[in-house]
Amino acid sequence: MAYPDKTRDTYKGILQGLRDAGIFKQERFIHSPQAADIEVEFPEGSSLRKVINMCANNYLGLSSHPEVVAAAHEGLKTRGYGMSSVRFICGTQDIHKELEARTTKFLGTEDTILFPSCMDANAGVFEAVLTKDDVMISDRLVHASLIDGIRLCGAMPDTFKHSDMAHLEQKLQMHQDRRLRLVITDGVFSMDGDTAKLDEMVALCEKYDAMLLVDDSHSTGFIGKTGRGTHEKYGVLGKIDIITTTFGKALGGATGGCVSGRKELVEMCRQKARPYLFSNTIAPVVVAGVLKVFDILTRSTELRDKLERNAAYWRKGLQEAGFVLKEGDTPIVPVMLFNAKLAQDFSRALYDEGIYAVGFFFPVVPQSQARIRTQLSAGHELHHLDRALAAFTKVGKKFEILGKTRQEIIDRYGM
Amino acid sequence: MADELKDIVLKYVTAEYLEDGADPLAYDTPLISGGIVDSFSMVSLKRFLENKYKISIPDDQATPEAFDTVDKIAILVRRFTQA
Repeated sequence: MAYPDKTRDTYKGILQGLRDAGIFKQERFIHSPQAADIEVEFPEGSSLRKVINMCANNYLGLSSHPEVVAAAHEGLKTRGYGMSSVRFICGTQDIHKELEARTTKFLGTEDTILFPSCMDANAGVFEAVLTKDDVMISDRLVHASLIDGIRLCGAMPDTFKHSDMAHLEQKLQMHQDRRLRLVITDGVFSMDGDTAKLDEMVALCEKYDAMLLVDDSHSTGFIGKTGRGTHEKYGVLGKIDIITTTFGKALGGATGGCVSGRKELVEMCRQKARPYLFSNTIAPVVVAGVLKVFDILTRSTELRDKLERNAAYWRKGLQEAGFVLKEGDTPIVPVMLFNAKLAQDFSRALYDEGIYAVGFFFPVVPQSQARIRTQLSAGHELHHLDRALAAFTKVGKKFEILGKTRQEIIDRYGM
Repeated sequence: MADELKDIVLKYVTAEYLEDGADPLAYDTPLISGGIVDSFSMVSLKRFLENKYKISIPDDQATPEAFDTVDKIAILVRRFTQA
């Protein structure tokens, strides 16, 4: 052991640097189940406050759904708590295989393999299916977990400008000499709430003999008429070679992820993906909960329909109040404030009005694109949204940004 | 003084990496250390140069330092085209 004062001081200095730069992250402690109404301790040590949650990935309101909780209890009773093994030694139960089959059917793919998280799925999939003779061409705004997976893979990396199909085509032409080409995108981009043009991407991939990987974590369960994901929205079901997605957002929100797609690619992950080989898979209690989620989603589209209505109501309300929004039609609705300090002050003022919505700023989003990212849920009722709209409007008036353009807000608060 | 090779590289880097409305690049603008070109995108810049000038730049010479400005890229490319 060696942790002398100078080592401690090194880290203290780095952490102080984060505080000084205003990018030190702090957790807010929630003392209730995840839902539209939550009880929060913030700052640490203060008394609990009841607030409306406008920033969870609980898109379908299933995180604390009574049927899901009951199924998880049953799973705990019948399959125990932990596996104490990775999948291929003695860590696979019948319900893990059942969840893989249910996911395959839901997504309309050929096969599925579970991972401890979608972060792990993305970390493992590239190295499992590509070699140094191949190329990975990713949208420049893909999620950090895809970037990490690309870094871990020996194939050549390249990028195309966000959602720019002409640029993607140039890159596909440039890399025709590689053995394999894999195009990589998010289905719904989590910071802006826009969707990848999957119909055009599928056409380009067919034209230039490339595979397509879509991370549909902010989509599975609610995008598309029956909630299958962005591939359903764009009419390309069955044409995406690899879908990675999570059970940690709309599908109950607990934990776990998967790679779903072409049979051989999934089998390659089963043989070679390191997070699958060297880590326990999803705990039985969670598997049982997600199986119930699929029951709920396949018997009715009621929840995703309600989410769609809520998102439209919320977006219209904010527009009418005079906020600058990012265009889109998903339940991610970014309220643009441009200045990092304004985003933080706005978030704090919202909290004082009983609304929990956090500010995002550089380096999570590009410089001078600070925002409050709001996320809708089927767990929201109209009274939640009306209260939240009233709070946003009150705080917007206080900061004098309602009806102002991007340039006017920047002129007043800086970039 | 005008330099055709540098202008070709500058035009490519501007079209490929610069966001609309960003300040224009100069021959000595730091590209990689300045955060304009990330490590993934550096690979396609290398491919562009290799295809355009019919050269092969060994990976151990395609370092972030050697690619950090248009000036430095021109020195690197000329080393191979004149070899």
